[in-house]
Amino acid sequence: MNALQLEGLARHYGEREALADVSLSLPEGQTMVVFGSNGAGKTTLLRVLATLLRPHGGSVRVFGSRLPEEAWAVRGRIGLLAHEPLLYRELTARENLRLHARLHGVGLARVDELLELVRMDGRSREPLRTLSRGMVQRVAVARTVLHDPQLLLLDEPHAHLDPAAVETLDALIGAPCGRTRVICSHDAGAGLAEADLVLGLRAGRPALLGAAGELSVAQITGLYR
Amino acid sequence: MRRTVGALLRKELLVELRTLESVPGMSLFAVTTFVVFHFALNRDSVSGDLAAGVLWVTLLFASILGVNRLFVADADQGGFDSFLLAPVDRSALLIAKALALLAYLLVLELVAVPAFALLLLGPSLGQALPGLLAVLLLGDLGVAIIGTLVAALAVRTRARDLLGPLLALPLFVPIVIGGARASSPLLALDHPGDPAARWLITLALYDLLFGLITYGLFDFLLED
Repeated sequence: MNALQLEGLARHYGEREALADVSLSLPEGQTMVVFGSNGAGKTTLLRVLATLLRPHGGSVRVFGSRLPEEAWAVRGRIGLLAHEPLLYRELTARENLRLHARLHGVGLARVDELLELVRMDGRSREPLRTLSRGMVQRVAVARTVLHDPQLLLLDEPHAHLDPAAVETLDALIGAPCGRTRVICSHDAGAGLAEADLVLGLRAGRPALLGAAGELSVAQITGLYR
Repeated sequence: MRRTVGALLRKELLVELRTLESVPGMSLFAVTTFVVFHFALNRDSVSGDLAAGVLWVTLLFASILGVNRLFVADADQGGFDSFLLAPVDRSALLIAKALALLAYLLVLELVAVPAFALLLLGPSLGQALPGLLAVLLLGDLGVAIIGTLVAALAVRTRARDLLGPLLALPLFVPIVIGGARASSPLLALDHPGDPAARWLITLALYDLLFGLITYGLFDFLLED
C-alpha cells in the first residue's frame, strides 16, 4: 500500500504559487528525500502532508485517507519535525513531552523512555529556554516519535545536532526506524544515500523525480544553480 | 476530552505562572485606573450607577490585556501546530483557553475589587459582596468566551495587537451594560439592594449565545 499518493497537488499563498503539479507515490516503509533551494516549496509540501495546510488543487492521500476531508483519520499517525521545535520554551522537556503524550493518549512511561533515548534525562527538568538549540532539537525529535507515528515528516532533521547526537537519534528517525519518511534536505550526498525516492523542487514545481539509484549528486546540486 | 482539557489548562497555567505576562499586567492596570479615577472624579467616593460603571469599564479594559496574550505563546512557539497534529477534539483547546482566561479574570478581581472598595467605593462592600460576586462571575464567563473567540481570530493576523481590542470591545459592550446595571443597586449608598434580575438573565443569555457561537466557529478558526 502507498503511504503517500499525490496527483497534481497545488498550493498557493495569495497570488504566489508555492506548489504546483506535484504527482508521486511513496510505498509504506520507504524514504523520500526532497531537495530544493530556499523557498522552493519543501516546507509547504511537508505542512500539506501533515494536514496543517489545505491543498488548493489536485488530490492528496495519506495512508489512503483523502486530505483535507479525512485528515482526522491520519493525524495521530504522523510525526512532524519542523524548523521550529513546536515546544513551549517556558516548560521543561519533561513537561512538554508529557503534554504531547496526553494529547496523543500515550502512557507517561514513554516520556521517560524517550528522554533517556535522546540523552536528555539529565536536563529534563530545566525550561527549554535555558537549553542549547541542539538539546532542544533532541527533545523535538522525542516529541516527533513519542506517539509512534507511521509517517515521519522531517524538515532538515540534523540541523543544530552534533555528530554524536545524529548517531544517537538514528534509531528514532534514521533508516533503522523502519517508518515511512519524507525528509527535506540540502545535503545531496547524505540525502541520496538515505532515499528510495528523490523529489527535486524548483519554484514549487517538480524539477526532478525518480528512484535514488537512478540519480546522481550532480543532478541534485544542479537544482540549486 | 476531560483529560485533554486538563492537560492544556495545566500547560496554560504553568506558562503564565512562569512568565507572569498576563495577570500581573491586568491587575496593575486595574489598580492604576482606580487611582486615576480617584483623582480625576474629584470626589471622595462613588456609589450606584457611577461606581458600577467605573468598576466594569476598568475590569473590561484590564481583561483586554489578557485576551491579547491568550494565544501568543501558541502562535509564536508552534503550540498550534503541535495541537492540530494531535487526534483530539479541537473544542478542548477552546474550553482550556476559556477556563484559563476565566482564572486570570478571577485573580484580577481578587486584586481589583478590594482596591476599588478602598480607593473609590462609598458604601461598605460587605453586604453587597455575594451579589456582586455572582454578577462578576456571569460577566467573567462572557468575557472568557468572547475573549477566546476574538483572540483565536486575531492571533494569526499581523495586526493582532490592534485587531484583538477592536473586535473584543464592541462585543464586550453588552457585558458592561448588563454587569453595570445588575451591580448598580448593590453599590448604591442609601439602599443597597439585590442585583437586578433581568440584567442577570440578560448576561446569562448573552454568555449562552456566545458560548454556542464560539463552539460552532472555533474549529473553523483553527483550520488553515
